[in-house]
Amino acid sequence: MDTTCYHCGTPCEKDAIAFDAKIFCCNGCKTVYEILNQNELSCYYDFEKSPGSIPKELKGKYDYLDNQEIINKLVEFSDGKTTVVSFYIPHMHCSSCIWILENLDKLNGAITHGIVNFPNKTFRVTFNTETITIKELVTLLSAIGYEPYISLESLEVGKKKVDRTLLYQLVIAAFAFGNVMLMSFPEYVQSHGYWLDKYKPLFRLLMLLYSIPVVFYSAKSYLVSAYKGLRNGILNIDVPISLGILVLFFRSIYDVVTGVGQGYFDSLTGLVFFLLVGKYFQQQTYNFLSFERDYKSYFPIAVTTIEKGKELIKQIYDVKAGNRLLIRNGELLPVDGILISDKALIDYSFVTGERNPILKNNGDPLFAGGKQLGDAIEMDATKSVENSYLTQMWSNAVFDKSNTKDFKSLTDRVSQYFTFVILIVALLAAVYWYFHDIKLIFPVVSAILIVACPCALALAAPFALGNTIRLFGKTGFYLKNTQVVERMTHLTTLIFDKTGTLTSTEASVINYKGRTLSKDEKQMVKSVLRASNHPLSRRIYKEFSDVATVALSDFEEQLGSGIKAYFNTTAIRIGTASFVGAKQVNEKKNTVVYIAIDNEFVGQFEFKNNYRAGLEAVFSKLAKDYKLVVLSGDNDGEKKYLQSILPDGVELLFNQKPQDKLDYVAQLQEQGENVMMLGDGLNDAGALAQSDVGIALAEDINVFSPACDAIFDAKQFENLPAFISKSKKTSKIIILSFIFSFLYNIVGLSFAIVGDLSPIIAAILMPLSSISIVFFVTILTNRINKN
Amino acid sequence: MGIIFLLIGVSFIIAAAFLLLFFKSVKSGQYDDTYTPSVRMLFDDELVKDNNQNKNNQN
Repeated sequence: MDTTCYHCGTPCEKDAIAFDAKIFCCNGCKTVYEILNQNELSCYYDFEKSPGSIPKELKGKYDYLDNQEIINKLVEFSDGKTTVVSFYIPHMHCSSCIWILENLDKLNGAITHGIVNFPNKTFRVTFNTETITIKELVTLLSAIGYEPYISLESLEVGKKKVDRTLLYQLVIAAFAFGNVMLMSFPEYVQSHGYWLDKYKPLFRLLMLLYSIPVVFYSAKSYLVSAYKGLRNGILNIDVPISLGILVLFFRSIYDVVTGVGQGYFDSLTGLVFFLLVGKYFQQQTYNFLSFERDYKSYFPIAVTTIEKGKELIKQIYDVKAGNRLLIRNGELLPVDGILISDKALIDYSFVTGERNPILKNNGDPLFAGGKQLGDAIEMDATKSVENSYLTQMWSNAVFDKSNTKDFKSLTDRVSQYFTFVILIVALLAAVYWYFHDIKLIFPVVSAILIVACPCALALAAPFALGNTIRLFGKTGFYLKNTQVVERMTHLTTLIFDKTGTLTSTEASVINYKGRTLSKDEKQMVKSVLRASNHPLSRRIYKEFSDVATVALSDFEEQLGSGIKAYFNTTAIRIGTASFVGAKQVNEKKNTVVYIAIDNEFVGQFEFKNNYRAGLEAVFSKLAKDYKLVVLSGDNDGEKKYLQSILPDGVELLFNQKPQDKLDYVAQLQEQGENVMMLGDGLNDAGALAQSDVGIALAEDINVFSPACDAIFDAKQFENLPAFISKSKKTSKIIILSFIFSFLYNIVGLSFAIVGDLSPIIAAILMPLSSISIVFFVTILTNRINKN
Repeated sequence: MGIIFLLIGVSFIIAAAFLLLFFKSVKSGQYDDTYTPSVRMLFDDELVKDNNQNKNNQN
């Protein structure tokens, strides 16, 4: 659909709202339109009446919010009366959403005020617990279309503190840099004079004082990292930087104390300032995305248990083996268990990627992660949450955060040799001056170490990569950190999940085969479908959008088989082949729904996966440079079709369980392959974590995606080869800028070796090299992302 | 020429005051969300109007 919201202009997707002959993207926009247009407040009263119009599926859904223990974990502050709580609301997407949420106090007097943080999609609300409970508040939010997402994760992350150290370090360096520049300037323009001579010692002392916090606070992380590197025998980029900083500092103190000169305090503070700017730039994060999600963000916080015939809300972690659980329509099974109810229809798409629900009978084992469709069921838990089949995967070492894949960035690899060369040069210069003028050894060696400080080298990568992920982010490819760009340049194998990754989740294509239905028959079929909640019924129902419905009698739904109803005396059956009495003709193993009217088979609906646009082009482009694999949790029904559209040599593997996928990636890595995995569901989570670059493909980036290195907007799928080649170009830019910064170093060294590095040359050369490198990489990265 | 000490002292105090103010504003969370306030300030007019109407309606 290419309609845009009348109010905010964003494209309306599947849940567009038609009102007053206009289309709105959300209730917020619609509401604001109403208010602005009518200039009356009638809509507020509509909202106050809204408790009566809460959609049925909300009933009972938030019962767990009556549990005081859970409430205590959720709220940020409470004095028994005034309570502050933050909600994560994934649905907010435009300025009207902010408006309506922040004016919530007008809808309900118990709410004092609310503040939206749009980039984080959080809503912090202060309310009076005496007049509105947290459950009522959540229900109110859901009723107006802003359902808060409350999961196990929100209990844990809620009170996390923001680390602002880097910003403080940066600001202190900037403060010192500015002041030191001011103080050092007089000596640059005038070497002698009455006033200068009189105040020189004071200025120098002040500069020294300003530099102390810069070295010991702002530059702390460099010193610590260099120390750690050296202790592990690694010459990382922070070693020459720290060496430069320390030499600058102590040489300057020496100069000032002995009265030789004014020292290099301006270069020192400037260096630290520029380095921190680079670091800050690199720290680009997408607040509204999370790359660290595990099952906790999928699972609800609480579940209804039945004890002695009474319903009782229990926190998920308190569920033990033997507990009887009540799972309502659409709820996730939190633990493994055994079905007690007669029948259940479980959608395991989270776990396996297979989208069609599976019928389970009394006594069948159920696995955590499935979603119940249809009536509420009862089950007995056989395991606790952490020990369930799906959650157990997270205890795999892959998900251990300490298990960082050892990856050496380009900068670190270059700096190894760089540090080594600089030390050799310094040593040679020392030997030379030992024989010529022994007094010059200290000034020359310290000048070499100062000028060799790889400021430009250290800035090239952060700016190039930081700018690249920023530009990628604008086009729908969100990287977790800058390292991912570098990893993407080393890939040898690309692995794709099938369902949800190569196919789009939304529109499975339906083919109808059989005799043409008359208008009356269409009406009957539609009416039967309307009464069913099965996802396949809902999907076919949409096909009959312009058909009227009729009244039916004796409706009957048999889970896992089909639905049956009568229109007057005509019996209509829709369902499996055996249910309607049709012959099973299904070579491709597609999902098929059969229809019979008056016991006579009339036709069948075939579901076919809808592959993403540009799939063939993407594969044929990538096949030239990479080994390609399709790993699917599904059956091999589409194998032939895939083989026909994909280039030769693409490996196709089916019936892969989550653990199989992980093992397959690990096995490739052992053979020395660098693996990129593209997946979408929780079933790919293990493989995504194991691979060198794990990319989660998402139709809607605000919906949850499993832990990964990058989140990729599905609409951009056809640009995947372009993104990979852009990363490679970025890598080349970094190498080019390294060459540039070496040239600067050679110029600087030529001054230093002969003992001519005056503070003013250092003060010009160091910022000049840094700034020009930053310009250079920024312009080039912008250019490659334009084309 | 004692004035130079005064000037340096004043310049330091002013700079340090700004530094402290900046820290204070960062700590208060002002820089955590730099987008929403830019939208929120555009709402103010509509809000005032609605408030007035609210009162009128109640009267």
